[in-house]
Amino acid sequence: MTSSTGGSMPEKQPFKQVFGYPRGLTERPTHYCPGCMHGVAHRLVAETLDELGIRERTVGISPVGCAVLAYNYFNCDMVEASHGRAPAVATGIKRARPDLYCFTYQGDGDLASIGMAEIIHAANRGESFTVIFYNNAIYGMTGGQMAPTTLVGMRTTTSPGGRDPLQKGAGYPICMAELLNTLEGPFYIARQSLLSSREIIRAKRCVKKAFQLQPRGFTFVELVGTCPTNWGMAPIESRRWASENMLPQFPVGVFRDREKEGDA
Amino acid sequence: MNNWIRVDRDRCKGCELCLESCPEQIIELSSVMNIKGYHFAVQKDADRCTACRLCAISCPEVAISVFRVLKKRQRAS
Repeated sequence: MTSSTGGSMPEKQPFKQVFGYPRGLTERPTHYCPGCMHGVAHRLVAETLDELGIRERTVGISPVGCAVLAYNYFNCDMVEASHGRAPAVATGIKRARPDLYCFTYQGDGDLASIGMAEIIHAANRGESFTVIFYNNAIYGMTGGQMAPTTLVGMRTTTSPGGRDPLQKGAGYPICMAELLNTLEGPFYIARQSLLSSREIIRAKRCVKKAFQLQPRGFTFVELVGTCPTNWGMAPIESRRWASENMLPQFPVGVFRDREKEGDA
Repeated sequence: MNNWIRVDRDRCKGCELCLESCPEQIIELSSVMNIKGYHFAVQKDADRCTACRLCAISCPEVAISVFRVLKKRQRAS
């Protein structure tokens, strides 16, 4: 917040700030590439912590991946977990201190690949913490390799001809929200996208709901985002590409809401 | 209307997502660079800003703050 530009400040006119920097984020500028939706996902979590007034009673777990430095940006207590093990660390924290709120922030390489066992079993046990899952269908930090969520036919550095499911070892994209929805344990499962202002507002509602329902069970929010650098597109173009190609594979919606079902 | 946005020029990475989000199309990139070497977003026509916040909501860097001028009846409260 050093210098500012934009419209000139009108004189002697009472005004109100209708959008500002949330207290849940530190002042530090992020290391993410221009147009990366990680920043938006961070803001949604931070605003939720502010609005629910739980920032000082929250422990976040940062993953391995692009968001590995998330502990620099969230203005709450943070723990760094080894690759994919964030749900296991969160389980330990939540069992030792059930009075605290706990969330993990994971990418698709972290959660759907190496951390698959941890997330499945944490969800199946119904541990009461929140998982924020950022899905951009690629490994971002390590240079754009094929992830479990990579779309069929999508070019990455390890699938230069496009992901071919018939080729040995390539397989099909994994839809985590649908997969976890087959288990009895989770309390709330939703998938939202961050590809326009309207979708971000909708995603905010789901993130807030997940934190509100956290004391009652396992809550999971998948956020579909972009990776302009490794997709090789401009940010605006990547947003358009994602709504045309990713949303048919990863449809948005609330998959489970036990509160609404009334059987909790 | 004299609503306005304030862009934190050294946070902005020039991704242009706010340009596309603005319904009035009144945000543009500056001709000069910020400390990181990006062309940052500036508001070119503050009179048309409706303080709808869509630019700030889509900004991945949370670099935009939005200010709304209160109308006469709102001032009383």
